[in-house]
Amino acid sequence: MKSEQPDAGPPVLEPETAPDAGAPAASAAAVAVAGGELGRASLWDDAWHDLRRRWIFWGSVAVLAVVTVMAAVPRLFTATGVNEGCDPNDSKLGPSGDHWFGTDLAGCDYYAHVVHGARPTLLIGVAVTAFALLIAMVFGMLAGYYGGILDTLIARLTDIFFGLPFVLGATVILVAFPSHGVWAMTLVLVLLGWTTMIRIMRGQVISVRDADYVQAARLLGASDGRIMTRHVLPNAIAPVIVIATLNIGHVIVGEATLDFLGVGLQYPQVSWGLQLNQAKDSFIDHPHLLIFPAVFLSATVLSFLLLGDAVRDALDPKLR
Amino acid sequence: MWRYVLRRLLQAVPVFIGTTLLIYAMVFALPGDPIQALAGDKPVPDNVLQTLRDRYNLNDPLLLQYAKYMWGLVQGDLGENYTGQSVSEMLSGRWTVTAQLAVTAWVFEMVVGMLLGTWAGLRRGKFADTLVLGGTTLVIAVPVFVLGYVAQILFGLHWQIFPTAGTDDGWPMSYLLPGIVLGSLGLSYVARLTRTSLSENLRADYVRTANAKGLSRTRVVGRHALRNSLIPVVTYLGVDFGNLMAGAIVTEGIFNLPGIGQQVFLSIQLKEGPVVVGAVTVLVLIFLLVNLVVDLLYGVLDPRIRYE
Amino acid sequence: MTAELKDDPVPAPRPGAPLLEVDDLHVRFRVRDQDVHAVNGLSYTLAEGETLAILGESGSGKSVAAQAVMGILDMPPARIERGSVRLRGEELLGLPERRRRAYRGDRISMIFQDALSALNPVFTVGDQIREMYRVHRGLGRRASRDKAVELMERVRIPSAAKRLGDYPHQFSGGMRQRIMIAMALALDPDVLIADEPTTALDVTVQAQIMRLLAEIQDELRMGMVLITHDLGVVAGVADRIVVMYAGSVAEQSPARDLYARPAHPYTKGLLASVPRLDRRGDALVPIKGAPPNPAALPPGCPFQPRCPRAEAVCSAESPPLVTVAPGHDAACHFAEEVYGAGTE
Repeated sequence: MKSEQPDAGPPVLEPETAPDAGAPAASAAAVAVAGGELGRASLWDDAWHDLRRRWIFWGSVAVLAVVTVMAAVPRLFTATGVNEGCDPNDSKLGPSGDHWFGTDLAGCDYYAHVVHGARPTLLIGVAVTAFALLIAMVFGMLAGYYGGILDTLIARLTDIFFGLPFVLGATVILVAFPSHGVWAMTLVLVLLGWTTMIRIMRGQVISVRDADYVQAARLLGASDGRIMTRHVLPNAIAPVIVIATLNIGHVIVGEATLDFLGVGLQYPQVSWGLQLNQAKDSFIDHPHLLIFPAVFLSATVLSFLLLGDAVRDALDPKLR
Repeated sequence: MWRYVLRRLLQAVPVFIGTTLLIYAMVFALPGDPIQALAGDKPVPDNVLQTLRDRYNLNDPLLLQYAKYMWGLVQGDLGENYTGQSVSEMLSGRWTVTAQLAVTAWVFEMVVGMLLGTWAGLRRGKFADTLVLGGTTLVIAVPVFVLGYVAQILFGLHWQIFPTAGTDDGWPMSYLLPGIVLGSLGLSYVARLTRTSLSENLRADYVRTANAKGLSRTRVVGRHALRNSLIPVVTYLGVDFGNLMAGAIVTEGIFNLPGIGQQVFLSIQLKEGPVVVGAVTVLVLIFLLVNLVVDLLYGVLDPRIRYE
Repeated sequence: MTAELKDDPVPAPRPGAPLLEVDDLHVRFRVRDQDVHAVNGLSYTLAEGETLAILGESGSGKSVAAQAVMGILDMPPARIERGSVRLRGEELLGLPERRRRAYRGDRISMIFQDALSALNPVFTVGDQIREMYRVHRGLGRRASRDKAVELMERVRIPSAAKRLGDYPHQFSGGMRQRIMIAMALALDPDVLIADEPTTALDVTVQAQIMRLLAEIQDELRMGMVLITHDLGVVAGVADRIVVMYAGSVAEQSPARDLYARPAHPYTKGLLASVPRLDRRGDALVPIKGAPPNPAALPPGCPFQPRCPRAEAVCSAESPPLVTVAPGHDAACHFAEEVYGAGTE
C-alpha cells in the first residue's frame, strides 16, 4: 500500500502562524480591535474572491434567480392563471406544442401550474428560514453572550423542540388544523425548525465572546449591545448563514413531503409538492406529471444546497 | 460512567414530557373544536363527536387532560378512531413491518454511508470525493417520495430486480428497495459527515503522533483516525431516526408495506385525525428512546464525555 | 495486520558514521498555487549522547525539518526537494515506506509540543504505549502491559499500574508530556527529536521535564534534537546549537561559544532581546520587523531587511557559512567582524 501520501488538505503550516516575535507591542488593545475587524473584512473578501471563480456558485445563483422571478412575477413566464382554461377532456395529455409540459388530471396546462407552483414553495422555504434565523440570531446571541439561567432555559427549550422531528411533528400538528394556508404552514414549520440554527449561533457566540478583540472592546467601555452587534455578531454569523442557506433547501423538501402526505397545502392551492401528490396514482402511465415538478423542485433545492456548500468552502480557509 | 448515564436519563425526562405536551397542546388545546378539526370536512355524527370529547377528557383543564392522556399512553392506550376502534389495536400487527423496514434502512445507511464517507475522506479533492459529494447532494435535494417512485419504476417495473410493492416476498427481498429508498437520505448525511470528520481528523496532532510511532497507514487510519471520526456520525445516526420514522410514513405508503407508517399514510387520506395523532406520537416516542440509547452509546465511544 | 508485527530488519550500523546526518535539506510546500520554501538547505550532524538544539522563531522551518527527518510530513502538499538524512550512514530519504516505518518510533522517535492533542483522546494511555511493543515487537497482552508499566515508572508517573487504564485528558499537562516521552522511549531509540517539548507547560513543570529528558538521555546514550524557540530552555541542556532563520542555518556553534560570542547579527539580536541574570540593568532590544514570508523570501541574505548591519552586498548575494572558530559557523557576510566584536 502506498503510504506517506495522506492527501489531506493544506497543512497547518508553520509559516502561516502569526509572527508575533518582534511585532511592535504598541497599544495592544487597538491592534486587537483592528485585527478583529480586519480579519472579518478579509474573511468575506476572501470568500467572495474564491466564490467568483466557481462555476457551481454561478450556476446555483442563475437557477435561483430564474425561480425567484418565476415566483415573484409568474406572468412573465405564462399568460395562463391558476386553474384557468382547464378542459377535463384534455386530462393527462403528454407534452405537446400546445401544452409544453402536457396537462394535469383536470386538464389544466401543466406548464402554467408548474410556473405558479414556484411561489408558495419558495415563499415557505425562505420565510421559515428567515424567521428561524431571526430567532436564532436574537436568542442564540443572548443565550451565548450572557450564559447563566437564560442560557439554560433556552437550551432546555431547544432540547424539547429538537425532540420533535421536523416532518413527523409537522404531520401531527397540521392534521389538527386542516384548513391552513401558506402562513399557517410557515408558522408550524418555524415552530419545529428553529432549533438547528440557534444551537449553532449559540456555539459561535460562545467561541467569539471571549476573543481578545471582544475583551478589548469591553475594556474600552463599549456597551453590551454595541459589543454584540458590532463585534460578536459579524464574527459569529458566517456559519449560521451557511446553515440558513442549506436550511431553505431542507424546508422546501420538508414542505413538499407534507404536501405529498396530504397534510400540507390543499387544493385549490398550487405548489410543486401538491402536484407531486396528485401525480402519485398516475405517474406510471403519465410520467410527465412526476417529472416536471420533480425537476423544478430538485433543481431549486439543489441550488440552495450547492450555494450553501460553496459559501461554506469559501469561508473556511482550512478547506481550501 | 454511571453518573453520565444517570445524568442523561434525568435530562431525557423533561424532553419526553415537553415534547408530548407540545404535541398535545398543539392538537387539543387550540381554539375551536379539536375533534371536529381532526376530521377535517368529513361529516361526523354528533354522538360520535360527544363520545370522543369524553374520551379525550376535553372538558377537563388542559394539564389534567394531558395527564390523563399520558397515563393512557403509558398503558398502551393511543385513543380511538371515529368508529370507536382502538388505535393501538389497529397498529398491533404492524410493528414488525416498520421495525424490519427501519432496521434495514438504518443498517444500509450506516454501513454504506460510512464506507462511502471513508473513501471520499481519504481522497479529499480527488474524483472519488467529488463523486460522493455530488451524489449525496443530489439525493438530499430530491424528496424521498420522488426517489421512491423512480426506484419503483426502474428497479420494480423496468428491470424487475425487486418486487414493486407489498411484503409477499418477506424479509429481506420485500424490504430491500424500500429500505434503500428510506435510508438514502440518511446515507447521504452519514457519508458527508464521515468524510468531513475523517479528513479533519487525519490532520489532527494525534494522527501525526501515530505516524511518528511507525504504525502502518491502515492502522493509523483504521484505528486512530476513524475511531475518532465516527463519534459525530453515531450521534447523527440517533438524530436521523426521526427522519427514518417520518420517511417510513412515505415509504410504507408508496411501497404498500403494512406498517405503522402506512396506517398513518392511509389515515391522513381518510381524515382519521385521532389515528394519525396516536400513531405519530408513538413514533416520536420511539425516536426519543432511540436517541437516548445513542446518547448513552456516545458516552462509551468518547471517554471525554463520560468523565465530565 | 500480520505484516506489521514483524519489521524489516534494520541493517547493522556502519562503523565510523555519525549517528544522524542531515545534509542540504530542502522542503517546499505547495499552498494555493504558491511555492513556500519552508526549509532551504539545512545541514547538521548529531553524535551519540549529544544534545543538539535547533533554535528558531515560528516559521523558521524547524518543525518542518524535524518532520522531514522523521518521515511524517504530509506529501503532498510538502515535497522534499533534495538533501539527505542518514542514520548511522544509511540514507533514509527515498527508502520504501515499509522500510522507513521500521525506523520510525523504533530507531528515531519524536515527542511533540502539546501532549493533549498529540495523544489520541479515545484510547487509554496504556493502550497507546503498548501499541509500540505490539506493533514493532509483536509482544502479547501481558508482556506489553508489563513493559508499559515499567516505562511509566521510568518517567516517574506515580502509581503507574493503576493509571494505565486512564485517558489522556485525566492527566495533568506535565504527566501527559511524561506519557509522550514514555511512548517515544519505549523501544530505546538512537535519536529522540523533541519538538518544543515544554512550550505548553508551566515553568516549574518545564524544568522537571527537561531534567527528566536529560537524565534519560545520559542513561541511554541517545542523541537528542531539541527544537525550541526558547533560549532559556536551551541554555542548560544543549551541547551544540543550530540557529535557524527562514528555513536555513544562520549560525551553528557549541552552546557555550554561541552565548559568549555570537557571529550572526540575528543570534546577537535574539540574545539581546531576552532578559539575562548576568546582565541586569541592560535594556532589552527587540529585533525590528517580522520574519519574512516563506513564500516570498527577500533576495540575498534572508535576514537582510531586519539586519542592523546590512549593506549592499547583503541583498545581492546570499552569504556562505563562514567558520569563525572550530565548530562555529555563521551565514553572514560580516561573520568575522560580528564574532570579533563579542556581545558587548
